Amino acid sequence: MSTRLATGGRLIDRARAVDFTFNGKTLRGFAGDTLASALLANDQMMIGRSFKYHRPRGVVASGAEEPNGLVNLGLGPAFEPNARVTTTALFGGLTAESQNHWPSLEFDIGAINSAFARFLPAGFYYKMFIHPRSFWKHIYEPFIRQSAGLGRAPKNRDADSYEHFHAHVDVLVVGGGIAGLQAALSAARTGAEVLLIEQTAHWGGRAAVDDPVIDGTPAAYWIKTTLQTLESMPNVRLRNHMMGAGLYDHGYALAHERLTDHAPATPGPRHRLWRIRAGRIITATGAIERPLSFAGNDVPGVLLASALRDYIVNYGVSAGDRTVVVTNNDDAYRTAIALVQAGLIVPAILDARPQADGPLVRQARDLGIRVEQGRGIAKVQGRRRVTGVAICAQAGEGAVLEEISCDAVAMSGGWSPVVHLWSHCGGKLIWDEEQAMFRPDATRPPLGADGQGFVQVVGAANGHLRTGAVLADAADAADAAVLADAADAAGGEAPVAQDAEETPMAPVWLMPQGASLKLRQKMWLDFQNDVKVSDVQLAAREGYESVEHAKRYTTLGMATDQGKLSNINGLAVLSSALNTPIPQVGTTTFRPPYTPISMGAIGGAARDALFQPLRRTPLQDWHEAHGATFEPVGQWRRPYAYPRAGESTHDAVIREVKNTRQAIGLLDASTLGKLIVKGPDAGRFLDMLYTNVMSSLPVGRCRYGLMCSDNGFLIDDGVVARLSDDTWLCHTTTGGADRIHAHMEDWLQCEWWEWQVYVANVTEQFAQIAVVGPKARALLEKLGGVDVSKAALPFMHWAEGTLAGIPARIFRISFSGELSYEVAVAAGQGRALWDRLVAEGAALGAMPYGTEALHVMRAEKGYIMIGDETDGTVIPQDLGLDWAISKKKADYLGKRAQERSHMADPERWTLVGLETVDGAVIPDGAYAVGDGVNANGQRVTIGRVTSTYYSPTLGRGIAMGLVLRGPQRMGEVIDIPRLDGSIIKARIVDPVVYDKAGERLDG
Amino acid sequence: MAEARAMDVVVAPAAPLGMITLRGDLAALAPVCAAVTGAAMPGVRKAEVSGGRGIVWMSSDEVLLLVAPADVAGALAQIGTALAGQHHLAVDVSDARAAFTLTGPAAREALGKLTPTDLRPTAFGPGDARRSHLGQVAAAFWMAQGGAVTVVCFRSVADYMLELLRVSVAAGPVGYA
Repeated sequence: MSTRLATGGRLIDRARAVDFTFNGKTLRGFAGDTLASALLANDQMMIGRSFKYHRPRGVVASGAEEPNGLVNLGLGPAFEPNARVTTTALFGGLTAESQNHWPSLEFDIGAINSAFARFLPAGFYYKMFIHPRSFWKHIYEPFIRQSAGLGRAPKNRDADSYEHFHAHVDVLVVGGGIAGLQAALSAARTGAEVLLIEQTAHWGGRAAVDDPVIDGTPAAYWIKTTLQTLESMPNVRLRNHMMGAGLYDHGYALAHERLTDHAPATPGPRHRLWRIRAGRIITATGAIERPLSFAGNDVPGVLLASALRDYIVNYGVSAGDRTVVVTNNDDAYRTAIALVQAGLIVPAILDARPQADGPLVRQARDLGIRVEQGRGIAKVQGRRRVTGVAICAQAGEGAVLEEISCDAVAMSGGWSPVVHLWSHCGGKLIWDEEQAMFRPDATRPPLGADGQGFVQVVGAANGHLRTGAVLADAADAADAAVLADAADAAGGEAPVAQDAEETPMAPVWLMPQGASLKLRQKMWLDFQNDVKVSDVQLAAREGYESVEHAKRYTTLGMATDQGKLSNINGLAVLSSALNTPIPQVGTTTFRPPYTPISMGAIGGAARDALFQPLRRTPLQDWHEAHGATFEPVGQWRRPYAYPRAGESTHDAVIREVKNTRQAIGLLDASTLGKLIVKGPDAGRFLDMLYTNVMSSLPVGRCRYGLMCSDNGFLIDDGVVARLSDDTWLCHTTTGGADRIHAHMEDWLQCEWWEWQVYVANVTEQFAQIAVVGPKARALLEKLGGVDVSKAALPFMHWAEGTLAGIPARIFRISFSGELSYEVAVAAGQGRALWDRLVAEGAALGAMPYGTEALHVMRAEKGYIMIGDETDGTVIPQDLGLDWAISKKKADYLGKRAQERSHMADPERWTLVGLETVDGAVIPDGAYAVGDGVNANGQRVTIGRVTSTYYSPTLGRGIAMGLVLRGPQRMGEVIDIPRLDGSIIKARIVDPVVYDKAGERLDG
Repeated sequence: MAEARAMDVVVAPAAPLGMITLRGDLAALAPVCAAVTGAAMPGVRKAEVSGGRGIVWMSSDEVLLLVAPADVAGALAQIGTALAGQHHLAVDVSDARAAFTLTGPAAREALGKLTPTDLRPTAFGPGDARRSHLGQVAAAFWMAQGGAVTVVCFRSVADYMLELLRVSVAAGPVGYA
């Protein structure tokens, strides 16, 4: 059984007991424990069930690479699934639940999948669930969703807060082991600003556990003094609990800082996402030990050799009394030695190598440990935990030579450098035959804007597994990293280190090498996704030669651990099955983040009121105070209607339309884009931008214009006013203000840079209020100060003056067909003007109206709306707007495109009005159908509805639509099906269904 | 949720500013800018501002002039006269913008939560100006001689900006100075 030892544990404080619960059971650990070490100390060997077969699983690692130990952590608003027990610091009151089992961890019904494992091979889901098609939605998918997945999705609102922080440094060092400490020190000594980050709470990495000698002192002492030196340097910043999550181009790095996970009562954000720009990046991310592939390597109690050692040295926790060590390298002997020195029993070290005789091997033998060479594990005995191992010859097929009873197995298949960050941004790898590992190829680094590499990898991450080499590599690389910037490097000499000589490792991808299919079906490559050696071999036989395809087919290396333990073993098996060398098979792509980061951290402060900026007009407070319902238009929220007590929104729209047509409506039009275009070439510029002529517009006049992209499609419309000889004011749609401003600058800066034109976006300088309806003139006259008579201010003119004491510009333009003025005043005076209009207008029947009434009224007049009648595929000619397209101009943006055969095709659908025979309102987005079917066997369509409303003015449904040869078919009745299959009969009519003669414009 | 720690910085709406966007050949604009604001034409990404008057560099052909709100109309007239016949654009944007000040030693760190701009003292100090974004909206900001920072954004997002700054400050220090 696993237990807490009487002594030892450099990271725990035995004086401070900490209570926590696991699956409702109260357990006790110590301050400094991880959840993993605390669970093991309580003999909680089994921690979860596997993804597919629901096999019992325990911790296999001690750090970020852990694939099995995932739990639901916390309750309610603090709930989080898939918390990794090896990186979760223990705190008082911690609540954890195991995942992926039903009804309980001990008895799980899904484990029956395990009995049928041979029926669930690689690609099973693809093969099984494809037929019959109709079964997918109602049978297969619900079944898979029930049985798959790890943690539960949180249901509560997250109680914690998060934030971002942007940092700029000369050198970012990722990883606080001895390589990172040394690299930071060397870089800092050159005067560079250095940020050193470490994902765990502790500095020193593995050296702190194995304690080699550095500069004649124990590594622990060297770590402590180096840390003190770094802390004393003003140009160095150190942050722990902070993981380097991803590296990107241009020296950009993301890091995830966990501020309160280990101390939930601490005020402030829980996580902070760091967005770092670094001149140079040094990754010192260490290496991860690989499992060995033997039958039953997933049984709880089988751990990585280094992890087992970590639990003893760091936490004083043993995984078992009797531990068999199985290895292909010398490093695992350190675990055997540590176990014996802790007073535990190592019945045997099974070394797959035919011979090995380094100092560590001799030390183990001298301690009286039985060392068996050329041997491996044929099979692990036990189901919920290890009870023993069967030994075999590594060279054979798995014939059992001997059975040894034990309750833990320490395995080591060698080490894989953590090359993730290097690879994120394009660094290449080479296969190191001697150490059987992929390591960074320093000749092919990720390249920065200057064509030089901007990332360097040092230490174990660079393939150096011995202490002396790690430190020398770190010192050298840090010098080189800064050399590019600093005139002379002063990084100093690398420390001298001594650790045991090691004999070469031997790659072991299968144990035993000639294992039968029965054994291979029990050899787990990917613990988290239940991928076995036999699955990868099957994928290869079925033709999956690319490692990327094999990954998707088998799920090897997916999910939260992204194959940190399984990738190299998996591709080695694939390589062997394909009879292709490992370097040719290659690795799958390493993608950020290194380990999962919280969604909260990604969002940062962007939640609640800050989720998205909401733009507010100068009148927004009034709208909110007067019960408006809103609709989003870009990032504005415009009043949709102003329902009164007892009114539905629909009722309000009807009232607002009728009132505007009969008395006065007031509209907040402040959101409309307003662009000032000025300069000697401004007229010429606008003639290119609009389809009609703007240069000829007299000062004091307004003209409606259309703007197209260079592909000919209609992108915006609005009224242009000429303010002076060289200045025009272009109104855009609400959503078009920023887009059209950018469009103008694009053409001015990139194409017509020699034209003398300046543009300024003054949208927000003005509050703009539309005063609309037959009594609009009377209201403005009541306010006084500007002559708004028909003679003084005719339709499509503008005037400036002081209205109600407020400097104003008044445009006689109409989007409703009624007498209409749009009054623009400085934004800061907008509310004052609005209040006056409301107060003085009350006696005349003035009421505010919203965007829906605006839409209904413009549709009654057959006016188009960008985004309704247009969708990026519509040209002005489709909308019958030929009158607004100049035939005389030599060119305008879109002209050439509109002359192409498809654009000039008479078969293009064209805008018409649609009048339902029975007065019904056509559903939004409906299509008109013709006779027969098309080449794909689909019903022929002959048109679609672009705008459809109930018209309070006419008392029936009105619509506009694009219809095949529509204008030639006036009076024809066409069929428009509803979703339920019933047909609406609609007659093709003129789009203008109200005041065709325009008699109401003058009031 | 744990209570937030405040940072050593005060966020407040700025005193009203008269603002003019002026575009043209900056060298040719310098005399009238000096006449209107009393400030010299700033260098690239610099601000020459004191007591609510001055010039902020916006781009190679644009500056933001700061004058007393009551002086905007006069300044526009003065510019129009001085630059008659010379290609330029001058518009009043006083009402189009909202401005805030951050005062206190933690101003840099508070802004560091919101903008990708390099705010290290070696990269951004008194007299420096930047156009960037804070959170999800566009913003310009400059640092005065005393270290106070003025932030200018569009009027419509003033509420968002104030809340963004408030939340960032309330979340407490990063400890990265």
